[in-house]
Order: sequence, then structure tokens, then C-alpha cells
Amino acid sequence: MSWAGPDELFLSTSLASFLDKKLIVLLRDGRKLLGTLCSFDQFANVVLQNACERVIVGELYCDVPLGLYVIRGENVLLIGELDRERDELPAHMTCVSETEIRKAEKAERDLKDLKGSMRKRMEFLDFD
Amino acid sequence: MGRSTNHTKLAIASFPTSTDESVLGVFFLSFSKPESTEQREKKMLFFSYFKELVGKEVTVELKNDLAIRGTLLSVDQYLNIKLENTRVVDQDKYPHMLSVRNCFIRGSVVRYVLLPPDAVDIDILHDATRREARGN
Repeated sequence: MSWAGPDELFLSTSLASFLDKKLIVLLRDGRKLLGTLCSFDQFANVVLQNACERVIVGELYCDVPLGLYVIRGENVLLIGELDRERDELPAHMTCVSETEIRKAEKAERDLKDLKGSMRKRMEFLDFD
Repeated sequence: MGRSTNHTKLAIASFPTSTDESVLGVFFLSFSKPESTEQREKKMLFFSYFKELVGKEVTVELKNDLAIRGTLLSVDQYLNIKLENTRVVDQDKYPHMLSVRNCFIRGSVVRYVLLPPDAVDIDILHDATRREARGN
């Protein structure tokens, strides 16, 4: 990977233009990590400073602080630059504590499992 | 031919979208075995093709079903994509993407790149593909 000069930074696909910016990194497992980009490499491995995980369940959200994070590139879906001048989240969403959001997460997971098992039972009975 | 056949199968299809515009989709079907450097250099067709599309408005659909519309800023040999002026297609489902205007998308997670039909010259694409399949 050759180093891009200052003019080429905007046109090249390197992450250099994101350095020291506040970013949101979407991971393959559905997690959303926020943080400041410290460094990167050709595999899109990324080091985030002051990282936090933004957990969103319905209308509730919570930022769980994580500290310094090294993310392996193969898990990265997307790296987005958060625009400071815009709201990061819609106004109707409420911020809750970590315990609250973990409870909400578990409730959502249980509901999904219940729906899944009910559907399996229906399929077994083969209703038309 | 007597040479190992490493074909990149590609398909070009036109399909209607909900907004009544038909868009042209170009997507990968399959790759065969891992290749050497010389063979990789011969397979730069999509890289060269996307370089021509820089500045156009495209929609990138990821494997996790997230679809992002934006202006193609750049592309690299891994088909990583940089978009600017991005808008998520189904914004309500992805509230965390509200303030994202520029993004970098890893090539390995792209399912489709939806293109504007007028940005595509089918004949040139066909010729390039035939040349590539023949091995130049």
C-alpha cells in the first residue's frame, strides 16, 4: 500500500482521511462501536481510542465504554465518519443505563427465540 | 487451452425497484481457486470498471441487508468502496447511521452495487469481459 500524498487523500480508498476522527464501526456480528481512529492497515484492522459500544434496543440506547480497542479487519462491515453537526441518533430515542439496556437486550433475544420456536412448532404441524 | 481456467463469472441484470426506476445491477457469482500475482493482475476488470464510475451515485447493498446510497468517491484493488453524501435507504431501521455522511465499506461485505443505467455501457463491458475470459 503506497502512501498517498495530501492531495490524493480524498480520492484514495485509504482510511488515512479518517485518522483522529470520531467514527462508527459496524461489525459483522451486529455490534456498533464508536471511537477515534488511531491507526489502520491494509486489511482494515483498526485501532479505536475511547471506544464505546452503542447498544440499541427499540427506542432505548446506551453507550458502554470499552477503552482502547483493536479490531480485526475481517469483522469490519463499514467505517462511517460521524458528522459533528448532526444528531447521532433520532431525538425520540432515550438513553438508559447499562443494566437497563442489557435487560432490554435479553428480553428482545428471548422474544426472538420464542418466535423462532413457535414457528418451528407450526412448521412441524404443517398448517396451510 | 492447456491453462488452468480461473474464470470470474459475472452477471449483469436489470430489475425494477420500488421507486419505479429500473436499475442495473452487476454482481459476482463465483470465483474459482486462489490465484498467483500475475493472474490477479489480469483480473482487474471490476476495479477498472468501478474507477470509471467514480463520481456517480450508487447504492451499495451489504451482506447484512443494509443498503447505502451515496456518491462513489474511490475504489481499490480489493473493491473496498468509499462513499460520500451517504444516506441509508431504510433510515428508520438503522438509527445509528443517522449522522454518517462519509463511509468506507470493506469490499468483502458487499453483496450488490446498484448502478444508474445510463452509467453503464453494456457493449464495452461485454467486450472487456470476453477479452478477460480469453486471457487477453
